[in-house]
Amino acid sequence: MSNAIYMDANATTPPSASALAALEAASRVTGNPSSVHGFGRAARGLVDRARAQIAQLVGARAENVIFVAGGTEANNLALASRGLRPLIVSGIEHESVLKPAQAAGARILRIRRNGQVDLDDLTAALREAERPAFVSIMLANNETGVIQPVREAAELVHAAGGLLHCDASQTPGRIALDMSALGADFLSMSAHKMGGVLGVGALVLKSDLAIAPMLIGGGQEKFRRAGTENVPAIAAFGAAAEEARTLAHAPRLAALRDRLETQLVAFGIEALGKDAPRLPNTACVAVAGKSSETLVMALDLAGYAISAGSACSSGKVKPSPVALAMGYGEEIAKSAIRISLGWWNNEAEIDGLVARLADMTGRKVHTLPDMQPAA
Amino acid sequence: MSSLQEMKIATDGQNRPKTPIYLDYQATTPTDPRVVEAMLPYFTTHFGNPHSRNHAYGWEAEKAVEKARAQVASIIGTDEKEIIFTSGATESNNLALKGVAHFYKGKKNHLITVVTEHKCVLDSCRHLELEGFEVTYLPVKQNGLVDLEQLKAAIRPDTIIVSVMAVNNEIGVIQPLAEIGKICRERKVYFHTDAAQAVGKIPLNVDEMNIDLMSISGHKLYGPKGIGALYVRRKPRVRLEALIHGGGQERGMRSGTLPTPLCVGLGEACAIAQREMGAEAERLKGLRDRFYNKIRDKLPEVYLNGDLDSRIPGNLNLSFAYVEGEGLMMGIKDLAVSSGSACTSASLEPSYVLRALGVEEELAHTSLRIGLGRFTTEQDVDYAVEHIAQSVQRLRSMSPLWEMAQEGIDIKSIKWAEH
Repeated sequence: MSNAIYMDANATTPPSASALAALEAASRVTGNPSSVHGFGRAARGLVDRARAQIAQLVGARAENVIFVAGGTEANNLALASRGLRPLIVSGIEHESVLKPAQAAGARILRIRRNGQVDLDDLTAALREAERPAFVSIMLANNETGVIQPVREAAELVHAAGGLLHCDASQTPGRIALDMSALGADFLSMSAHKMGGVLGVGALVLKSDLAIAPMLIGGGQEKFRRAGTENVPAIAAFGAAAEEARTLAHAPRLAALRDRLETQLVAFGIEALGKDAPRLPNTACVAVAGKSSETLVMALDLAGYAISAGSACSSGKVKPSPVALAMGYGEEIAKSAIRISLGWWNNEAEIDGLVARLADMTGRKVHTLPDMQPAA
Repeated sequence: MSSLQEMKIATDGQNRPKTPIYLDYQATTPTDPRVVEAMLPYFTTHFGNPHSRNHAYGWEAEKAVEKARAQVASIIGTDEKEIIFTSGATESNNLALKGVAHFYKGKKNHLITVVTEHKCVLDSCRHLELEGFEVTYLPVKQNGLVDLEQLKAAIRPDTIIVSVMAVNNEIGVIQPLAEIGKICRERKVYFHTDAAQAVGKIPLNVDEMNIDLMSISGHKLYGPKGIGALYVRRKPRVRLEALIHGGGQERGMRSGTLPTPLCVGLGEACAIAQREMGAEAERLKGLRDRFYNKIRDKLPEVYLNGDLDSRIPGNLNLSFAYVEGEGLMMGIKDLAVSSGSACTSASLEPSYVLRALGVEEELAHTSLRIGLGRFTTEQDVDYAVEHIAQSVQRLRSMSPLWEMAQEGIDIKSIKWAEH
């Protein structure tokens, strides 16, 4: 039973009250949305409603929202739909973009020291490409929270005749999200990072772009993604999208994060990406010489649940690939920890964390057993 | 939290609306209240990402996922190392077929399946044909079962995999899995079975049946939607190429954050089914037989599609001669039944499964799939029988064909004038 203070919102968030209410209501509906009888039509109605809510959040048309199992599948589906276009991706993408991109021999874009993708490198990559490219740049990085210049990238990509995919998994409810303003042709979303529940996400299309389906058979989602719809999770996703539109928590989260970071910087702790526009809830800090693994374990014992990077790769002790891509050395990259806040956090928790970190860093590395073998 | 606990009311038999009566358990099943109960804490208190390795929220979620994995493994007689969670049986089937075929691409080139498989198996096979693989689609006998001699004859030196569903979603027939498994093992080809309709309904054992891959669905066995599993044998090891890449979860075979509550729900659903399957199968068989006997007492010219003996207890697929399909569906609006698989139910085409059985087009058009399940009562059955019988009698009373048939005219012998 964990009663630790949860500060790992970028790994997953608890569902919001309205998402839970929607989940509850939808769970009352027994029915396969493909069935033509009343039970089926009731389930279909819930799916359609959520589709409209998500479309409204991102400024897309409801019919261009494709429900999938989560952000990873959305990213895979987008990349699989690139056709013969050469692939260009930023070096700090989530693994669900990077892995298929690397397998496809994609051109990887350089990252600037502030955590943003280097647009000059994008210009060069677009020029080098033999034909109009498919470019994938995330809207905000999961480790640093740095918001990427997606709009500027979209202009470059479109001027070169290419298509832009944007993984927006970390952004709903944190920053404004409008597909047209961003210029993204494909947008990936994940419900469980925005107050929905695990097991559902969406790939949203700006227009009626062709999709190369990965799951086939059954004709759901207009033949773009087969499988019986996850109705309760989809309904909760819709409710979460409805809430995310207001950005109600963003100003308070930014204030909490700034309070945290200001104090940590005063201790001489490095805050990664702080010179770039960022998500309001994310701080990525590094205590030089102190392994991130040691720090997160000590903090867990002290009652603070944070992480040393993305959840998918945590557990493996390796330097943060994002910090390395930003040009930091191994020492900092091995020390980076991520504190990502949610609506449930408060000032007292922030000050508590600061106090613990002050203790830990004040006493230096030696006072804590290093539980990891030297890498 | 209190409102959450009301969730269980959603599926509580007592609160089910009296009508319409849900008789479509092969399309989806209500989530069992006990399953909902098991899932709830993982939506709220233990909401962690199971892949977070740095804090207790993650560990608790991971522990729950691993317990669920063992529960899923147990119902098919294996251990948790061989279970991969997916988003559902459609994904499992896509992964099993495309994944194995892609791994063997260039070495072996042939797959075998059956014409009555679920769309997602057939579509995956057609997709593989476009990629250059060859696929043999075995026919079925009139009772819906595969002819084992035809299967043996179809296996070639370059056959990679045989995919035969355990239980058909429309007619409920159980394929001879152990015999098929034996043949496949002897001939050293993989045996995949889509067991979406079978898990929790009939006893399954992957070792005794020599099954190498098995697709499992959550929402067909009183678990949640959005979750399924694929059994992948380790000895002899089945190799497959992932469809979804990323964080490398599920031993690299399926990336993506595992949905803890849904995994827990599938695990609990399997555990309940494993405990209760025997008694529940008896009960359902009683209801099924009651339905079948009563409807035949009331109506002549009712035909059962698919074998009666080799069939799950919760399914009947009946054709009613001399009535028109749409009229019948309209007449029984109090009953949520289907005329075929949910995935193809919007289509007015007669079922490809029934056509494969050699069912005449007229009869295929008037078929009803009646799915009975855990929350079906005797009263439901009696009401449904009465309702269907009345509707069929009314439609027949208006049908000139029925009138002629009653007068002893062989309808098939009539030469209709062309218009």
